[in-house]
Amino acid sequence: MAEVKLDIDYVADLARLELTPEQKETFGADLGNIVNYIAELSEVDVEGVEPTAHASACSNVWREDVVKESYPRETMLANAPGVVSGELIRLPRVMPGSES
Amino acid sequence: MADKSFTIHALAEELKSGKLTSVQLCRRCLDAVAAKDGEIGAFIKYDADRIMALAAESDARRQNGKALSDYDGIPIGIKDNICVTGETCSCASKILENVVSPYAATAVEKLTAKGVIPFGRLNMDEFAMGSSCENSAVKKTCNPLDTSRVPGGSSGGSAAAVAAMFVPAALGSDTGGSIRQPAAFCGIVGVKPTYGRVSRSGLVAFASSLDQIGPMTNDVVDSAILTGIISGKDPLDSTSLDEAVPDFAAAALKGAQAKTLAGVRVGLPKEYFGAGLDAGVKEQLDKAIEKVKALGGEIVDVSLPHSKYAVTVYYILATAEASANLARFDGMRYGARVEAGDLNETYFKSRGAGFGNEVKRRILLGTYVLSSGYYDAYYLRAQKVRTLIRKDFASAFEKCDILMTPVTPAVAFKFGAKSDPLQMYLSDIFTIALNISGNCGLSMPCGTDPESGMPVGVQFMAPHLAEEKLFEVTAAFGAAE
Repeated sequence: MAEVKLDIDYVADLARLELTPEQKETFGADLGNIVNYIAELSEVDVEGVEPTAHASACSNVWREDVVKESYPRETMLANAPGVVSGELIRLPRVMPGSES
Repeated sequence: MADKSFTIHALAEELKSGKLTSVQLCRRCLDAVAAKDGEIGAFIKYDADRIMALAAESDARRQNGKALSDYDGIPIGIKDNICVTGETCSCASKILENVVSPYAATAVEKLTAKGVIPFGRLNMDEFAMGSSCENSAVKKTCNPLDTSRVPGGSSGGSAAAVAAMFVPAALGSDTGGSIRQPAAFCGIVGVKPTYGRVSRSGLVAFASSLDQIGPMTNDVVDSAILTGIISGKDPLDSTSLDEAVPDFAAAALKGAQAKTLAGVRVGLPKEYFGAGLDAGVKEQLDKAIEKVKALGGEIVDVSLPHSKYAVTVYYILATAEASANLARFDGMRYGARVEAGDLNETYFKSRGAGFGNEVKRRILLGTYVLSSGYYDAYYLRAQKVRTLIRKDFASAFEKCDILMTPVTPAVAFKFGAKSDPLQMYLSDIFTIALNISGNCGLSMPCGTDPESGMPVGVQFMAPHLAEEKLFEVTAAFGAAE
């Protein structure tokens, strides 16, 4: 199998990860090695083999649609980096260039 | 190494007889941590006041004849990716540094319902990604048996805390060997239950189809006790299995008393005993095989032909699942946020600053193998090879009752010895297949490497839901001289 060159900028963008130029270089090389190693899988004959998604055969699991007591709002908001008036999570502006 | 009096079952007897109180026990543990954890580094944090308050409550219950179980008042260390209400759960990551759990993991709930006291937050590789604890963003954990060596990972803090006798037992989590490998490196017992046996609710997800919570203890009986308590169907985890939970502790006690393996067919998969196995480890495994024979066990040669692909399958499936699971850490609802111009930029900066190198590497690999054009070649193909690995185990278990293998190719290595990520991944070669196939396994000490003086572990693997057999056999093996 040919050497794989991984487009680190593209993958980092998909993963929403900011990388320093040094990290791009190191991770690019590391991942290149790993990707070349895992290419060994192409030699396995998987003709007619069904994929296994889970270690135990899972089927859909249903529950009753009933309202249950939830966790207190203040407990759940206590971990938020920014809270407005004790009940809303403050987020950065969504559209670039718009007023925050 | 294992002190027979510092086991859950021995302490339970002492508590029951009144020779010991939970306050005395927890005080003793806290004193040991205060005296020695500066050197070892097992704990990220612990709340001494909270622990002592829970101990006092336990003693009061017991005095009034209202003990919640035999194990009421026994402290158990908790890996930092398992939630305990009101305590931080950072996964040894900067991105979750100050996050406090609003609820407890079901496994923890089941333990506290028996009066067990959650004792501190144990160090780990960040988000359980690593085999040495060197990827913790918080601190370094040393192997208590030789502080120049790693304790293993990712449940390295849990293993070190038990081996250093800070706590009689701890909970860990095992995605590719993260309980069994550190247990082997530190000379203790560690169990990965059958996938679905223990609820994953409240365990911060790394690779959802592989993760299991399990115990790390000083002997097999203790592992059986804890596995029994934390097992069972949970409405909060739809992948937990609705299966009866046999009395694992009784099975282990039966094995420990009988000390025989008569009638047990022990399979040796040839792929696990080939090149790459360190001479010192091989020597102890050979002795363990002789011991099995001496105890009346029948040795059977078996083959798991797709074993050599297990590491590759794992690093595709686990990183793919991790890239999806870790997408939730975006600095919005909880965790560290780095404020930037807009939402998208805030995602990039928060995740860039919050995750360590190994976590980033795995998110990138997982994102890559799932990205457009590569899905069939990597993820789908890995799922198909997963089927073949499962079939290998099923065929092997037609010829034997239990499999016996090394846990690791070599004993605990020195800090910095495996700086290349791929070399680190390959150190998990003997533990990974079990997570892929989903059956249960246990790692326990079987001797000492003469050159390094470090413990060598042996791994026993049993079919799906065959924990009862696993505990009976391993307790017999462990109890016999």
